Amino acid sequence: MTKEEIKSVLMEIVAEIIPDEDLTNLKGDIPIREQVELDSMDFLDIIMELRKRYGIEVPEDDYMQLATLDSSVAYLEPRMRDL
Amino acid sequence: MMARKPNEARIVITGVGLTAPNGNNLAEFRESLLAGKSGIQKFNVRYMGEVLAGVCHFDPLRYQKKKELRRGTRAGSVAIYCAQEAIADAKLDLACLDKSRIGVYVGITEHGNVDTEKQIYEIKQFDYNTTFVSHHYNPRIVANNPAGEVTLNMGITGPHYTLGAACAGGNIGLIQGLQMLLLGEVDLALAGGVSETIHAFGAFASFRSEGALASHADPEKACRPFDKDRNGVVVSEGGCIYLVERLGDALKRGAKIYGEIVGYAINSDAFDFVLPNAQRQAECMKLALNKAGISAGDIDIINTHATGTREGDAAECQAIREVFGEYPHVYINNTKSFIGHTMGAAAALELAGNLPSFEDHIVHPTINLDHLDPECPLNNLVINKPIKVDKVNYILNNSFGMLGINSVVIIKRFEE
Repeated sequence: MTKEEIKSVLMEIVAEIIPDEDLTNLKGDIPIREQVELDSMDFLDIIMELRKRYGIEVPEDDYMQLATLDSSVAYLEPRMRDL
Repeated sequence: MMARKPNEARIVITGVGLTAPNGNNLAEFRESLLAGKSGIQKFNVRYMGEVLAGVCHFDPLRYQKKKELRRGTRAGSVAIYCAQEAIADAKLDLACLDKSRIGVYVGITEHGNVDTEKQIYEIKQFDYNTTFVSHHYNPRIVANNPAGEVTLNMGITGPHYTLGAACAGGNIGLIQGLQMLLLGEVDLALAGGVSETIHAFGAFASFRSEGALASHADPEKACRPFDKDRNGVVVSEGGCIYLVERLGDALKRGAKIYGEIVGYAINSDAFDFVLPNAQRQAECMKLALNKAGISAGDIDIINTHATGTREGDAAECQAIREVFGEYPHVYINNTKSFIGHTMGAAAALELAGNLPSFEDHIVHPTINLDHLDPECPLNNLVINKPIKVDKVNYILNNSFGMLGINSVVIIKRFEE
């Protein structure tokens, strides 16, 4: 997967998890939780979806690396490159 | 004649919120009951395929955000819809209420089966790897979930809990609300019952294994209490939550009063896991009559619990004959024949469908009764068509459940 494809997948997952939020202006370099209503249980949904869809395990110590869209893509790229 | 109670000790119903397979508010529901309109349809259930069920068609997005729906349970969604509708029906503005003085008491038959089955189905796709169990699972299956979701949605900070009482749940929820108002624990109670049972295969499969799951070529004719050709229960979803309050408060704000809860009783068969016990049911009705300070002859309508099983219907008829045998003028009807068995919601919903009788003096019938079972003779059973009567002052609502829990509620037409 390319970085663009990974970003698109992430956006799709976030849109499913917080369906009431408008994500059109979501900025890549600002923490997602500062821009939309996304609580810790929603965040765990992102982790679960990555596990279900791509078999990716994100250890708890790495959760901070998924704070922004850009940092998420950077963190996931080596793990999803060959998918 | 009993001594007149002070208004603080009289509890009245001032709001009704409901969803039934044939109506999403009291007016629609009543219209269906008077028109003979069933709410039973074909429904697909995991592992079982097509079954017959009562399905509700309310709009959950009227009161919930999409995220709340995704997070919560069907029972929670039903409860929220009904609680919000009850508040609106009572002409109360939630923003102006002291939310710490509202209690939420929701009767349930069971809770958690739906999401447990769903989780097991989900992890089966991953070879039963339990790391795929959702972090939402626990808050969805805790027993207080349906009542708790109401408080989250409405910002209510008073007490909330569910009352597990098998198919008597709806009456028990209402009785709990009444008791908390009498104790002064709350000023308003949202009380009734809900069910999401149709979204789990377990209830259908278990009734089938008992030989008690109804089947019929025409879904609308499947639930047929007292009929000689009945063959079991139709499982349904639904909900009914009442806004109940002390009479003094209701009068002060000029509330519309649907009726006064004057009698109630709960007892136990101590007899069998599933078989009913007519003697204990009769005792329960007598206890409720005593509590109301009236005689059996004062009752105008008995809404039966009868579910369409051979043993259950016959036992209730026997109990009614014992208590009401000398009073053949008492009208008897049944709501499950229209909507199936809404489980935890049944008692509350079935009572609601009869409350308009205080005003329109019409008794809705039991439908699908073509050949009365000789084991179920009842005086004045209202069969297939509603009837107009001179007066309705008292309604008695029976609801019984597995493990031998019996409940009876008596509502009186309101008069100061």
